[in-house]
Amino acid sequence: MITRNPWLLMLGSFTLALVLMLLPLPPPLAPLRPPLVMLVLAYWVLEAPERAGLGLAFFMGVITDLAIGTVLGESALRMVVLAFLLDRFRPRFNFWPVWQQVLAIGALLVNDRIVAAIVHVATHAAPIPWMYWSAAAVGALLWIPLFTLLDTLHQGRR
Amino acid sequence: MSSYAGPSAPRPESVAETLRLLAFLAAAIALITLDHRGGWLRAWRNQAELAVQPLWMVAGLPGRMGEQMRNDAVSRSQLVEDNAVLRNALLVSGARVARLQAAQAENERLRALLGAAQRERLDVQLAPIFDIDLDPTRQRLILDAGSNQGVHVGQVVIDAGGVLGQVIETKPRTSTVLLLTDPDHALPVEVVRTGMRAIVYGRGDHMSVANVPRSADLKVGDVLQTSGLGGRFPPGFPVGTIGKLRLDDSRAFLEGTLVPAAQINRGREVLLLRSLPTPTAPAPAKLPAGPTPAMGAPR
Repeated sequence: MITRNPWLLMLGSFTLALVLMLLPLPPPLAPLRPPLVMLVLAYWVLEAPERAGLGLAFFMGVITDLAIGTVLGESALRMVVLAFLLDRFRPRFNFWPVWQQVLAIGALLVNDRIVAAIVHVATHAAPIPWMYWSAAAVGALLWIPLFTLLDTLHQGRR
Repeated sequence: MSSYAGPSAPRPESVAETLRLLAFLAAAIALITLDHRGGWLRAWRNQAELAVQPLWMVAGLPGRMGEQMRNDAVSRSQLVEDNAVLRNALLVSGARVARLQAAQAENERLRALLGAAQRERLDVQLAPIFDIDLDPTRQRLILDAGSNQGVHVGQVVIDAGGVLGQVIETKPRTSTVLLLTDPDHALPVEVVRTGMRAIVYGRGDHMSVANVPRSADLKVGDVLQTSGLGGRFPPGFPVGTIGKLRLDDSRAFLEGTLVPAAQINRGREVLLLRSLPTPTAPAPAKLPAGPTPAMGAPR
């Protein structure tokens, strides 16, 4: 069973998220693509803090940069910020009602967009089109199904 | 301890965590700086991208399978229809090519009279595009052909319409194309109608020709083609048509938005020019000697 080993599940979830980030979407839908790698990272930071910390966030960020062709370090910066903020909330997060969790994830993703915009300004890159901010909302809505899925695979083995 | 101790001293582990955060942030910013400025990381990045190639392959699969299924599922009547359309197109292009060949022969004769060297023939290689989405703010393409297939850095990428970009990285199985629309790209062009030279800059999702004097003879609808200056792009390939013209922020120069001649966004295959006109000019200080020996020769 693949879920026997939590490391395998982690690797599998990140790989799948990366592939889905690269999958071609029809141009009108492309701005709605949620930051899946970030959501998966959020799950592991919340549920397995002993394995998923800033180091993993940094590593996954560099891999994402390599895969989707951004400036090396951009996603790493964004993921480290996300992991750090989420780690601060972790003790409280699990006690929040679902809608509050969704709002929190949405706020983190909007914050992530702001960090990305700052990086883009600093490196004189083309600004992110406005439509792409809606990906944060899609990502927040996706949080519940993704959390349920990963949690079933992760906890179900016990 | 009292029940309310006021703003307590931060716990040591939280200090350690903050320090770790600062260390990782510094590392990320260092990476951004190194990759953005000077590209000192280029060799390393090239190596590391080999590791994510399997991801590209997997992500490109659905696109390829979809195409396969479309090909399999296409009906007979549609094939017949396509066949008729293509046959007509072939006839028309055949006639055009015949006329062009006559013109080329004449051109070569005249060049020989002038004592100029022959232009090299166009030699192209077809390369499929990996159908994957990269970061939307960077205009890159991944090709499913790499150094094993003879692709090398600096090769010009075109499609049936015109210039698309140039190869900036090659790996054994894939290569990366910088599109004309990338903000890092600039391309020397000339206006077909007047011969005026200009530079076309990538603007993210479109191209524009900037810093044209107000008095210049440039109109909406003018066609721009590569001028060949700089030695990287051969002259005479269509780049785009001026779609909009306006004054730039200084109100002293014109800025034109281009409608690209190539299908930048969609298409499944591109052509790579095999023969570079000359070994590319190494130093930018070199005089704007032409890309072909012809322009260096007395005219």
